[in-house]
Amino acid sequence: MASQDFLIAYLPILIFMAVASVISVAMIAGSLLAGPRKPDAEKLSAYECGFDAFSDARNKFDVRFYLVTLLFIIFDLEIAFLFPWAIALGDIGVFGFWSMMVFLAVLTVGFVYEWKKGGLEWE
Amino acid sequence: MIDFNLVPLLPELFLAMAAMGLLIVGVAHGNSVTPVICWACAAALVVASFLLFGMSWEKQIVLNGMFVFDNFAGFMKLLIILGLITTLALSVKYLEQERISRFEYPVLIVLAGIGMMMMVSASNLLALYMGLELQSLSLYVLAAFNRNSLRSAEAGIKYFVLGALSSGMLLFGISLIYGFTGSIDFGVIRGALEGLEAIPFGVTFGLVFILAGLAFKISAVPFHMWTPDVYQGAPTCVTALFAIVPKVAAIGLLMRLLYEPFLPVHDQWMQIIYFVSLGSMVLGAFAAIAQANIKRLLAYSSIGNMGYALIGIVVGTPEGAGAVVLYILIYMVMTAGVFAIVLGMRRDGIAAEDISDLSGLSKTNPIQAYAMAIFMFSMSGIPPLAGFFGKLFIFQAAVSAEFYVLATLGIMTSVVAAYYYLKIIKVMFFDESIEAFDKDIPFARRVVLFVAVAFLLVFVIRPEAIVESAQNAAAVLFT
Repeated sequence: MASQDFLIAYLPILIFMAVASVISVAMIAGSLLAGPRKPDAEKLSAYECGFDAFSDARNKFDVRFYLVTLLFIIFDLEIAFLFPWAIALGDIGVFGFWSMMVFLAVLTVGFVYEWKKGGLEWE
Repeated sequence: MIDFNLVPLLPELFLAMAAMGLLIVGVAHGNSVTPVICWACAAALVVASFLLFGMSWEKQIVLNGMFVFDNFAGFMKLLIILGLITTLALSVKYLEQERISRFEYPVLIVLAGIGMMMMVSASNLLALYMGLELQSLSLYVLAAFNRNSLRSAEAGIKYFVLGALSSGMLLFGISLIYGFTGSIDFGVIRGALEGLEAIPFGVTFGLVFILAGLAFKISAVPFHMWTPDVYQGAPTCVTALFAIVPKVAAIGLLMRLLYEPFLPVHDQWMQIIYFVSLGSMVLGAFAAIAQANIKRLLAYSSIGNMGYALIGIVVGTPEGAGAVVLYILIYMVMTAGVFAIVLGMRRDGIAAEDISDLSGLSKTNPIQAYAMAIFMFSMSGIPPLAGFFGKLFIFQAAVSAEFYVLATLGIMTSVVAAYYYLKIIKVMFFDESIEAFDKDIPFARRVVLFVAVAFLLVFVIRPEAIVESAQNAAAVLFT
């Protein structure tokens, strides 16, 4: 049956997944079973360069960090598009060139919006 | 070979450019120009509808099978554009009253509209997904648009998390379908499924996941949980949008998906849609009884209405599909009218949202009360209003295809649902009147109210024209 052959093609992935899970389970289980465990108060305390912990690990971030990160990701991904486009430009021709120009134009609209909105200003 | 015929995409392309242009205009001038941008967006939508009329409505598949334009897509797109214009007209004043008049609002509505138009024109699972996400992302932001309100923010987060979950399920389903049929193109999937002697388990599995993802979007049982909270929390004009337009797009998408690529597995999806439809009707009817907040009530009412629409899809005949299109059209008009009233429920500038706030409306504002009474009678399906015909055609299609159980249960639940629609009428006409609502009803809202009432009353005189165009639109799915 055709669909069986089709599925057989995915067999290496199944084997790979099985091997991966066996190895990871074996490592965790091995250290759980064989490792010596003698906890004391010092071992269980939070570790921060030899000092007692100064504050809780979960602290509040300024939301502007997220904004900067998000804006960064957008323009970083744009670069990820531009590199292969630049390499392949000779093969994809005029159509490829204008496709990218349209994409960049849309991106520029977003850029103008974020700039005018003050998304790039820290204070 | 590059298939680069963009003509069938003209309305979408025009709207996309208009949205981007207006975004720039808005950001240059600030929030003071919001009403201008709202009306400019409405004008852009009108132009898009003219472009639609100017195009050939013959079936054409372009962009290497990504995009299909036919009579059905054209009709659904017109409905979507109409719904969006109505929402914009209803919103302008409300945004100002609630002090959330920001220029992103109309732009987001247009962007959501482009997503919806893509959804009904998708001819490929990825194009479908892209349209759905463009729509959903815009709607998440709109749900949280009143960012100073805790409820609105909660609605946005809830909608976003559950919507992301449903998109994940949809994508998982798509991956399974791709794995088993070897394609994401609607035509190829259909060919592959027709060639199979027995349907593999994986295909059924993938279909279930795709349907689960889409059931989220049309808020059908058992994926309806988000609806009441989001409807209640979102600003009322956004609730109006949610109730009116995305349902049209999602039902259109569902119909194309089930009747085109998945027709060969009709037996499999029929059972699922059968259950979803039944559950939605029953839950919509019974859960709404206990609601005191009118937006929550309308949320349950929309769940129930989706149940009725799904009956027509289960039936799987051209008559059933035509009945669905007609039902959605009438539902859209009724909901737009109801929301025109709900948006006007304000005392001293504060929005009132409880059903008890309507007490004695017949004495304080008889015109609104009678209009609301017409909408409620129509929603509960009392002849000769349009709502009756919507249900009639659905049940007729169900009976002629021998789905007696579904038709009977549909009629029974609509009797239960009539209780809460009529309760609103009772509150308006027989309860002690309380302080009147604010009088300043903007012109646009009056127009929407008038058109909706006129449509519901006049429909009975010449139903053939609309019924026929709905039937013709749906019929192309079966050729």
